[in-house]
Amino acid sequence: MTDFTMKTDADGVAIITWDTVGKSMNVMTMDGWPLLESLVDQALADGAVKGIIITSGKEGSFAGGMDLNVIAKMKESAGDNPAKGLMDGLMNAHGILRKIERAGMDPKTNKGGKPIAAALPGTALGIGLEIPLACHRIFAADNPRAKIGLPEIMVGIFPGMGGTTRLVRKMGAMAAAPLLLEGKLNTPAKAKAAGVVDEVVPADELIAKAKEWVLSEPKIVKPWDEKGYKMPGGAPYHPAGFMTFVGASAMVNGKTQGVYPAAKALLSAVYEGALVPFDTALKIEARWFTNVLMNPSSSAMIRSLFINKEALEKGANRPAVDDQTVKKVGVLGAGMMGAGIALVSALAGIEVVLIDRDQEAADKGKAYTTAYMDKGISRKKATPEKKEQVLAQITATTDLNALAGCDLIVEAVFEDVGVKAEMTKAVEAIVGEDCIFATNTSTLPITELAKASVRPEQFIGIHFFSPVDKMMLVEIIKGQQTGDPAVAKALDFVRQIRKTPIVVNDARFFYANRCIIPYINEGIRMVAEGVAPALIENAAKLVGMPLGPLQLVDETSIDLGVKIAKATKAAMGDAYPDGAVDDVLFWMFDQGRLGRKSAAGFYAYDDKGKRAGLWDGLAAQYRQADDQPDVTTVQHRLLFAQVLEAVRALEEGVLEDIREGDVGAILGWGFAPWSGGPFSWLDMIGAGKAVELCDALTATYGERFATPALLREMAEKGQTFYGRFGTQAKAA
Amino acid sequence: MTEAYIYDAVRTPRGKGRKDGALHEVTSVRLSSQVLNALKDRNNLDGHAVEDVIWGNVTQVGEQGGCLARTAVLASDLDESIPGLAINRFCASGMEAVNLAANQVKGGAGEAYIAGGVEMMGRVAMGSDGAAIAVDPSVAMNTYFVPQGISADIIATEYGFTRDDADALAVESQNRAAAAWADNRFEKSIITVRDQNGLPILEHDEYMRPGTDMQALGSLKASFKDMGEVMPGFDKIALMKYPHLEAINHIHHAGNSSGIVDGSAGVLIGNAEFGKKYGLKPRARIRQTCKIGTDPTIMLTGPVPATQKILADSGMSIGDIDLFEVNEAFASVVLRFQQAFDVDPALVNVNGGSIAMGHPLGATGAIIIGTLLDELERSDKEVGLATLCIASGMGAATIIERV
Repeated sequence: MTDFTMKTDADGVAIITWDTVGKSMNVMTMDGWPLLESLVDQALADGAVKGIIITSGKEGSFAGGMDLNVIAKMKESAGDNPAKGLMDGLMNAHGILRKIERAGMDPKTNKGGKPIAAALPGTALGIGLEIPLACHRIFAADNPRAKIGLPEIMVGIFPGMGGTTRLVRKMGAMAAAPLLLEGKLNTPAKAKAAGVVDEVVPADELIAKAKEWVLSEPKIVKPWDEKGYKMPGGAPYHPAGFMTFVGASAMVNGKTQGVYPAAKALLSAVYEGALVPFDTALKIEARWFTNVLMNPSSSAMIRSLFINKEALEKGANRPAVDDQTVKKVGVLGAGMMGAGIALVSALAGIEVVLIDRDQEAADKGKAYTTAYMDKGISRKKATPEKKEQVLAQITATTDLNALAGCDLIVEAVFEDVGVKAEMTKAVEAIVGEDCIFATNTSTLPITELAKASVRPEQFIGIHFFSPVDKMMLVEIIKGQQTGDPAVAKALDFVRQIRKTPIVVNDARFFYANRCIIPYINEGIRMVAEGVAPALIENAAKLVGMPLGPLQLVDETSIDLGVKIAKATKAAMGDAYPDGAVDDVLFWMFDQGRLGRKSAAGFYAYDDKGKRAGLWDGLAAQYRQADDQPDVTTVQHRLLFAQVLEAVRALEEGVLEDIREGDVGAILGWGFAPWSGGPFSWLDMIGAGKAVELCDALTATYGERFATPALLREMAEKGQTFYGRFGTQAKAA
Repeated sequence: MTEAYIYDAVRTPRGKGRKDGALHEVTSVRLSSQVLNALKDRNNLDGHAVEDVIWGNVTQVGEQGGCLARTAVLASDLDESIPGLAINRFCASGMEAVNLAANQVKGGAGEAYIAGGVEMMGRVAMGSDGAAIAVDPSVAMNTYFVPQGISADIIATEYGFTRDDADALAVESQNRAAAAWADNRFEKSIITVRDQNGLPILEHDEYMRPGTDMQALGSLKASFKDMGEVMPGFDKIALMKYPHLEAINHIHHAGNSSGIVDGSAGVLIGNAEFGKKYGLKPRARIRQTCKIGTDPTIMLTGPVPATQKILADSGMSIGDIDLFEVNEAFASVVLRFQQAFDVDPALVNVNGGSIAMGHPLGATGAIIIGTLLDELERSDKEVGLATLCIASGMGAATIIERV
């Protein structure tokens, strides 16, 4: 079993082919490095070899990158002194890539050496681009579906195998910024225009063209290995470079709100590297990359945003039931949610029947797909043919009989038990016995709704988030009687529409809303206390929340908040804890300030409906206190409001798998992605510290911060969530 | 303890720091050496009369690099036995030179010093010496670096100063500077800048715009709004450090911020023996000096804690100070000082300041000490305090007392 093989053709070109065993796309492993090195050594030493081509044995791709499972465990597997272990490992890999780049040239005269070309049949990501960047010329097949780039930043790391240093030296800091800082991926044509790859050639001529170049006795010394090299766009203390670098720090800091260590480390590697010779720059890059790997945020982000997200998408919690691929879905209610569900289903190639009470409403729901596809066409992401194809999947009608033959129903009608019960009965009378009936309710108990069903074991909740086409999370809720086939059906449906599922048990507000509502409430409660609204909002953003609680409630609408508050109060009676919140919320409602939809909420909005700053009338009603809390206190209140609900959901068995708790939190409501999710965050600060903070918050702010017994027990035992609940084992 | 006295203070007129400015043809070495020679000549000093020349200068590259102080000494009529020390504490460099000299004298390290500074802002561009705090991400991000103009606007936002407040202060600075010139109030310290043949190059401050009114200032665009709100978006950084603010109110522009000029100033400082030796009468004693560090993001609030510290260190209260010089780097800096100590604006920058006459970075600290002394004498008052805000979040102050 070997990932790299080499054969030397009669013309003297050695072709090193990368072909990771058992994978559809190449990934770099720890074992891959020495193999690659020995082949390069062999070819450089062999007098019969004139030059080298490094290519892939996989059709349509060069490599997907480093195996993130390996990166996630690099720190643990780096020995007793992990920083040293990581640094040594990185420098070793740099040595191999540098060997390719220098290719046997004389260190002083740059004479000699053998040309080494990279030939990319397609997608080249991460290390899959960093290896080519070390070669002397990059040939990419003209494969429009190929993606070329360095997406490391998306999972909390940065290109740490020379990609950062080489790209900046090749293109300049300004041009490299979107590729490094945003992880922007390009097609081969665009990658060539940007200067990332050197040649784009027809796929069937890839090797021939690369060979032609290798045999043309090309100049192979890199610009940065020549005397007088100047960085394109200017180094940091060049007048032009100065402005670039001043601006870069500010833009990255402002955009990331300072919570993503990888962005900071990347910029530092670029800056410090730009001031020294190339080999020193690589060492600096390795030091910063080690620094990022040592930061718990990077492993938490990789774990949640990549490894566990993928595991959930691949059915980690799917019951062992036969394939339940959805062929025909009936969507009841063509409002905003129903229209979105119809769209994503049709895009996945599923036949859709979109039902509403009158034809006009049903058509309006289908028109959402038309508008979506038109937008795609104007952005060149779709074609008119594709639009027709997608629209043809959707039948908009008032006729329930059209639902015959559906294997899945997703009900998205008015949030009323009676209305939903009526629909359930009417539809079950038409569809086949195997059909699974799902409700998209966000507030009503599934078990209660299932009472209307003659087949409660086939009744389930599939909770989409709004807007359906943008939000990646789908929350699947099991009622008391929901059976395995229904869960499998829901999971297979979510896989078809390419979203990420979590499966939870039935309880008030399920998982996501259960955590979001206390976040919003804590923000509103602080308004009542006289905390500056700007401080509430900025503190949330500074801890990595995408929206402050006041902006969030404006988006979700204040009347919805009032409705939920009234229903919760009715259900809880005297135990209802949020009276202080309701004072503000109901007052806003009475002022007719319902949030964005009424162009008036905690924020003011201009004529075009654009948010125009916090509403100044708020200060008149809720005077800002002279003494404002420090930002950390505000952040702890906002974070623990969410995190404690997540822990309680786990304690109560609503959540069965902490992976779902973490992934769901980030995808569902944008919970501080840098943390890896609520459970990862608690592990990061430690249960002991968390209990200490909870106890202090409880003493000052009340019982809603009471430390859950589970957390206290874990603190006493010195446990972590991932240690105790593992990555595979379920909590329950 | 040995006292340190001011025996003389001189300054050049300030020329516009542009290609068409009157001093643009003069090198920083020549301007510096004219100040050194003026102090030597006016006081009939020997070439070896002082222990050292301590010279403030911010942008120490090119012609201002390579220890300008030493070069200026060699280009002057002072003996080569006087060494020369170039120092940089940004906008307070000239003051720090005076304070260092005073404390050397007080400590017995020599009888006398010349202290001052120079900045030829039109010849050596501000910022051209680089600055890790702005460029190095490890520092810039962790200290929430923003340029000074943004800092000045943070002060305005945090402490509630409006565009009108700032513009009114600027108009007053122009009016006071014009009146001071009309009344010859700078005559004791102003020296004419001359060429190598003795021909005059500049005799008056060149930057002033007498007659500036609120209407004229009202038409100016806020200078830091774009870099704050659009590219690269420094306001976001400001709000990260000051999260209780919702947005930054951009009130500063070219008319209510200090002017970019060329200029130099020097102060002759010595102990009592030095005065006796040369038959000089001390004009004031340097009673107390201080320097402090503050938050680098709001950056320019230093005069407030520096003043609090210098008053505490000298056992004085704000009421003991008769006159103030608070460098007009930006209008909000002075407004904040007046607000914090509730001092009568009529006692602050009596003869105008850097908004009207310009702020040659390395020299200003020495200029305002000289201006303060002249005005104490003219109005027959006793105690004066000079203070400046400083880049990267620092502050400095000096208290002088007539003798």
